[in-house]
Amino acid sequence: MEWLELTRASADSIRANKLRSGLTTLGVVIGVASVILLVSIGEGMRNYLADIFAGMGSNLLFVSSGKRDTRGAGKGLSTVRKITLEDAQALRQRSLNVVAVAPIVMGGGTVEHGSLSRESLVMGVDENMPLVRTLPLGSGRFISAEDEDGKRRVAVIGRKVARELFGERSVLGLPIKIADARFRIIGIMAPKGQSLGYDFDEMVYIPVSCALDLFNLEGLTSVWIKAGNQTNLQPAIDDVRRILKNRHNNREDFTVVSQADLLETVNQITATMTLVLLGIASISLLVGGIGIMNIMLVSVRERTREIGVRKALGARRRDILLQFLIESVMVSLMGGLVGLALGSLIALGVHAAVPDIPVKITPWSLFVAFGFSMAVGVFFGVAPAQKAAALDPIESLRYE
Amino acid sequence: MIEIENVSKVYKMGDSEVHALRDVQLHVPAGAFVAIVGPSGSGKSTLMNIIGCLDTPSSGSYRLDGQLVSNMRDDALATVRNRKIGFVFQTFNLLPRQTALENVSLPLLYAGVSRRERREQSLAALKRVELTDRALHKPAELSGGQRQRVAIARALVNRPSILLADEPTGNLDQKVGREIIALFERLNRDEGVTLILVTHDRDLAQMAPRRVEIIDGQIVSDLTS
Ligand SMILES: Nc1ncnc2c1ncn2[C@@H]1O[C@H](COP(=O)(O)OP(=O)(O)OP(=O)(O)O)[C@@H](O)[C@H]1O
Ligand SMILES: [Mg+2]
Repeated sequence: MEWLELTRASADSIRANKLRSGLTTLGVVIGVASVILLVSIGEGMRNYLADIFAGMGSNLLFVSSGKRDTRGAGKGLSTVRKITLEDAQALRQRSLNVVAVAPIVMGGGTVEHGSLSRESLVMGVDENMPLVRTLPLGSGRFISAEDEDGKRRVAVIGRKVARELFGERSVLGLPIKIADARFRIIGIMAPKGQSLGYDFDEMVYIPVSCALDLFNLEGLTSVWIKAGNQTNLQPAIDDVRRILKNRHNNREDFTVVSQADLLETVNQITATMTLVLLGIASISLLVGGIGIMNIMLVSVRERTREIGVRKALGARRRDILLQFLIESVMVSLMGGLVGLALGSLIALGVHAAVPDIPVKITPWSLFVAFGFSMAVGVFFGVAPAQKAAALDPIESLRYE
Repeated sequence: MIEIENVSKVYKMGDSEVHALRDVQLHVPAGAFVAIVGPSGSGKSTLMNIIGCLDTPSSGSYRLDGQLVSNMRDDALATVRNRKIGFVFQTFNLLPRQTALENVSLPLLYAGVSRRERREQSLAALKRVELTDRALHKPAELSGGQRQRVAIARALVNRPSILLADEPTGNLDQKVGREIIALFERLNRDEGVTLILVTHDRDLAQMAPRRVEIIDGQIVSDLTS
C-alpha cells in the first residue's frame, strides 16, 4: 500500500476523533515546548556570554577580599584584611607577569544636578582602568594619575546619566553632586551598553581615593588585573597570590578569579538549568508517549472490525502495522508542531517580560521538535501497531 | 479448482470442544455454481471461511488451484485472498468512514494498483452493480440493498476467480435478494466465475445447479441437477 494512502487513512481516523487526538498530544506538546525553551534559552545564554567575553580580554583576573570558591559561598574567615590601594600598588610593582592593575571601588549613590537627580552606580577607578578594560571615551578625558594622587573631585559620567541630568547640552566642566559631595565633570563615556550585569551607560566614574572617602570604606571592592600572557594565566595568578599573601600575614584571605573561572561558573549554571529543563522535557515526552500508546491501543480495539475487513481484503501485517504506526507518528508530530509554536511563544514571552534572560530561537529547534515527536510516535506506536497487525481476520470480523 | 480433503475444524472452549466441521470432502471445479445449505450452526460459515482462506482447518488439506493453502502463513493467505477470492459477507462489512468508491478500491490498494487504475477499475465495478451514481456516498447514506451491491462490487473489483457469498441476502428483502442472486448468476454464466453461495432460502438454493447440504459439520448430501 502506498504512503499517500496510508497517510490518508491515518489522517482520516485522527479527524474522526479530533478531541481525543488533541488531548493525547498534550504530553508531547509540553515535552517539545520545554525542549524548544531549553534550546532557545541555552543558545541565547551562550550567545550572550560569547558577546560579553568577546568584549573583555581573555587574560583578566579579578581579586576580591575574603576567601571563597568560585560559586561565591563565603567560608567566613574571622579577620579579613581588606585589599587596599597599597596592595594594588604592590601588585603593579612586584609582578612581571601582570601588565595592568586597576583598583576598583563600587558604590551607589544619588547623583544630582540642579533639581534633577537619579540613583547611579559609582565606580572608583584610577588611570589604570582603561588599560584593563576598553572603555571608549565620548568627550573630555578619563581619570588621570594626577586626579587620583590629588584626590581631585572630578567625575566621568555615562551617556545615560548625562542625558537624564543635563539633556543634550555640553556638560564638560559643569558641577555634579555625587552622594552629597560636589564633583566637576571632566568627561563623558561613549555609549557602551550592558556587560557583566552592569549598565555602563549609567555608571559614574570618580578617582578611587575619592570613592574610598565618599563611601567611607577601608578597602577596595576588587582589583582588576590584566595578565601579560594571553593563554597562560597561571604565572600571573601565582604572582598575585604570593604577593598578597606576603602582605596579608601569610593568609590567603582574598580570592583570585580568572575570566575562565567565571565562564566555568556560568557554564555550570547553564548546565544545571539545561538538566532541569531536560528532565521536564523527557518526563513529559514519556508521559506524552504513554498517552499516545494508550490512545492507540483504544483505537486498535475500536477498529478491530475495520482491521478484520482490511485483512480479509488482502492487507498484510505490514500494511496494518504501517497504517497504525503512521497514525501515532502523525498524532505525535501534531503535538510536536504545537509544542514548537508554544515553546517559541513562551521563550519570546519570557524574553519580553525579563529582558535580562537572553533567548535565541534557532532553526534547528524545528528539527528537534520533529525529531523528538517522530521518535516518540514511533517508539510508543510500535506496540499498538503490532497488536493490530497480529489480529486474526476471522476473529476481528466477528468482534462486536 | 477447490480441493478439500478430510477437513475438520475444532474450536476448543475451555474443556469442551466444538466440532464445527468433521472430515469434510469437497471438490469444486472452476466455473461451478454451488449452493451450500444447512441449519443454523451446522458449519456453513466455517467452511466458507476456510474456502475463502480467512481461516485454516484444524486437520485435513485444502488445495486451491493446485496450491496447498491449508498450511500457509497469514501474509501468504492475505495475498491469496487478495488475488483469487471475492468475499461477500452477510453483514456487508463496509468501512463506515469511507465512500462507496473507496470501499470498493480497498482490495486494489492492497494489490498495489496505481491510484488512477484503482479509480477506473472501482468505478467499473460499481457500474456493474449499477451504483455509479452513489460512488461518493458513505455506507450510512445507502440502503441495505445498495450496501450489499457495494460489497459485491468490492468482491469483484480484483477480478477474482472465486466468488464466495455467505448469506448475502439474509439482511435484504426478497425482491432485492432475487436481484442480487440474478447478478451472481450472470457473473457465473457470462464470466466463468466460480460461485459458492450459502443460503437458508431453499428456493434460492434451487437456482444453483449443485447443492451441498451440511448438518452438524458433515456433508450429508451433494446433489447436482
Ligand atoms: N470462534 C468460534 N469459537 C467457538 N465456536 C465457534 C466459533 N465459530 C463457530 N463456532 C461454532 O461452530 C459451529 C459452526 O458455526 P458456523 O458459524 O459455521 O455455523 P453456520 O452454519 O454458519 O450457522 P448460521 O447459519 O447460523 O450462520 C457452531 O456451533 C458455532 O458455535
Ligand atoms: Mg453462518
